[in-house]
Amino acid sequence: MKLTNDTVGRRGFLAGSAAASLVIAFNLTPHGARAAAAATNAKNFAPNAFLRVAPDGTVTVLSKHLEMGQGSYTGIATIVAEELDADWSKVRCEGAPADAKLYSNHLFGMQGTGGSSSIANSWDELRTAGATARAMLIQAAAAAWKVPAGEIETSKSTLRHAASNRTAPYAQFVSAAAALPVPAGVKLKDPATYTLIGKSAPRLDSNAKTDGTAQFTLDVYLPGMVTALVARSPKFGGTVKSVDAAAAKKIKGVLEIVQIPSGVAVVAKDTWAAKQGRDALNVTWDFANAETRSTTTIVADYKKLAQQPGAVAAKKGDAAQALASAAKRVEATYVFPYLAHAPMEPLDTVVKLGPDSCEIWAGDQFQTIDQGNVAKLLGFKPEQIKINTLYAGGSFGRRANTQSDFIVEAVAVAKAMKQKAPVKVVWTREDDIRGGLYRPLFVHKMEAGIDAQGNLTAWTNRLVGQSILVGTPFESMMVKDGVDMTSVEGSADMPYDVANILVDTHNAKAGVPVLWWRSVGHTHTAFAVETFLDDVAKAAGKDPFELRRSLMTDTKHTRLKTVLELAADKAGWSKPLAAGPAGVLRGRGIAAAESFSTYVAQVAEVSVKPDGSIKVDRVVVAVDCGVAVNPDVIKAQMEGGVGFGLGALLHGEITLKDGEVEQSNFHDYVPLRMDEMPKVEVFIVPSTAAPTGVGEPGVPPIGPAVANAIFAATGKRVRELPLTQEKLKAAIASA
Amino acid sequence: MVTLDINGAKKQLDIDPETPLLWALRDGLKMTGTKFGCGMAQCGACTVHVDGQPTRSCVTPVSAVAGQKITTIEGAHSKAAEAVRASWRKLDVVQCGYCQSGQIMAATALLESNKKPTDDDIDAAMTGNVCRCATYQRIRAAIHDAAQSL
Repeated sequence: MKLTNDTVGRRGFLAGSAAASLVIAFNLTPHGARAAAAATNAKNFAPNAFLRVAPDGTVTVLSKHLEMGQGSYTGIATIVAEELDADWSKVRCEGAPADAKLYSNHLFGMQGTGGSSSIANSWDELRTAGATARAMLIQAAAAAWKVPAGEIETSKSTLRHAASNRTAPYAQFVSAAAALPVPAGVKLKDPATYTLIGKSAPRLDSNAKTDGTAQFTLDVYLPGMVTALVARSPKFGGTVKSVDAAAAKKIKGVLEIVQIPSGVAVVAKDTWAAKQGRDALNVTWDFANAETRSTTTIVADYKKLAQQPGAVAAKKGDAAQALASAAKRVEATYVFPYLAHAPMEPLDTVVKLGPDSCEIWAGDQFQTIDQGNVAKLLGFKPEQIKINTLYAGGSFGRRANTQSDFIVEAVAVAKAMKQKAPVKVVWTREDDIRGGLYRPLFVHKMEAGIDAQGNLTAWTNRLVGQSILVGTPFESMMVKDGVDMTSVEGSADMPYDVANILVDTHNAKAGVPVLWWRSVGHTHTAFAVETFLDDVAKAAGKDPFELRRSLMTDTKHTRLKTVLELAADKAGWSKPLAAGPAGVLRGRGIAAAESFSTYVAQVAEVSVKPDGSIKVDRVVVAVDCGVAVNPDVIKAQMEGGVGFGLGALLHGEITLKDGEVEQSNFHDYVPLRMDEMPKVEVFIVPSTAAPTGVGEPGVPPIGPAVANAIFAATGKRVRELPLTQEKLKAAIASA
Repeated sequence: MVTLDINGAKKQLDIDPETPLLWALRDGLKMTGTKFGCGMAQCGACTVHVDGQPTRSCVTPVSAVAGQKITTIEGAHSKAAEAVRASWRKLDVVQCGYCQSGQIMAATALLESNKKPTDDDIDAAMTGNVCRCATYQRIRAAIHDAAQSL
């Protein structure tokens, strides 16, 4: 997700709130953290809130960012370990406690993970944290050895004074360093001397995630803990009218049935009993305020709205006039469905509630907001809410939401149980698929004008879809004059220089809860912009790659142009694509997108059969994310982004029939599987720019790159996603 | 009372015989390496071995496996399992990691029956295991890598 995407907005926001907490964090952490360490374990060396060194030399990095697969723990620990000169085999990482003063995300002004911001957030903060700790260890050794600090060198958690031929492990000076004052203004390393950054240190979580010991929320079992499943309204906005719990109560192991704001919870001794109990529960729902439309109706309503002008998101020249005088016009309308995140670990939360305490275990992504929402529910202060952030089994945006839906619900269950026992609330896959907070359904209506010389002279893009941010705490910052930045990012600021542009948008109303979904607005804007540009290229008789290059004239798009050229070069764009076997059409497509200040271009090679089935044979990815802190993690995120985006392109769709979600599990909300995964090659642009994120930016280009490859192979388009075999077969068969 | 043979040890559980093996392992025995992903044999996160065969524990009642040898990720230490684990670590396959116990159990079963699987063999054996992080390219590479060492 991206919570701000213009520098003015970001700067203003930081000045307003986050900058202050950054200063506080750095002023307070030395004393605060040392005092805290002294209280718990006097022998640890904890010079700031981000790391501690144990007497045995183990370095524990505290990550303020959730590890949900994106490699944040590894990247964050790499930054600390580099400046600390720590031996990587002695480095661990764990989730930081919820404390907005110490662990604010400087992009949001509160503790939370998202917007592919973890590494960018950590770059200065954690290099300083690591370097400061190293300076103190050196200082401690210098005092003991009675030599100048400047003569002591460090590497792999070892201190060395060459002149006197003395060496010592960091462990030896942990106590002495802990007693020293924390220095300010410590010098950072020359990047030329890096031994970890840029070198692909192995992931810190590989071992635990390959022997079954990694702790996810579902793996938390507290003494006396009970398990609950919640029956929720089958239509969004429905409420409980009446409950017949007689049959549910008869299920062995069911302990109690409690009503909560989001539905009815069946509390049982274990998950299986809770599941059976919920199956036997009979709830009558009140749908008076529920969304009862079908998605076909919602799409028709949005298409009608797309005929009316919306709030202006970008305007240059006179697009209407330029279209009217164009020699050739191109038009297209796109439909993007609701999408569920469907992380492999269904939503779950463990809550231990006391009279004046509340402890939570979760794959928590929005600690400060979650503390606030839970505190509000309980009438507590936010600092009374203790959050243990565990590994999340995927999120893709789902675990970060301003209502804290799954966490507040679990606390509501604990509250309704009157604190009798710790409780784990588990969502089934069906609950997850039908639980809402989807990528919003969007309609894009586009028009382009081409002059007699084949130049693109006019571009209009009208978007219709629900706003993610209206009604949330982020509205004042990110919604301006009716334009939600998360709707239009990638459209309003597209990288192509056209003389006349109009991008406008409608914040459509629907009773379906929506949320950011891995790469947010770019999930639909990149597809609309990048496939429509190929339509323009075809109409103008131009090569899609060359047209893009020629339109990226502004120097602010230089880095995007560079990845575009790199991807084209590595994919062999200038050479003809090898033909397929008889009856198989092959095509190559290109797409590029800047998202979250990271630049990605992809070239996809696709084989298409007449029955509409496709195989994406190869995807070449070029990425520029500044300094490559861990190149292998960057590659992994590009590979994963391609697979995640490709699954959505080919299969992803949540539909409603009379307000009820029609999909329920992986058989009908179909993920990408092994046999559909293309060969992905990743090329990273060397850079000295400050690092940016890679969790999301691999996603936006894959859909349009594949769709453009299909277009190159067949001359046909499917513009209402997902791009299923049936739709492609029909398109191929059409005249 | 149901008696299960898990990772070479006999375990007695006082549970409904229709309880899925997955929940017997997790809630009953606190063996949490085996994961819940879908509850209907659509994702493979719950894969264990029953008499050496990869089995979706979320749809397997404990009554159906009494007396059979059950192996979970915690007890997967055969030569093939260790080769798979080593290759997974060498290639840093995991991302969120939640599906990986099931992936490793499926890959191990494949290599125990087929020492040199082709890409098509891997597709056939692994397509039932979903990874939403889409680590498939590395899973494929790690299976080939593990095969090299067997």
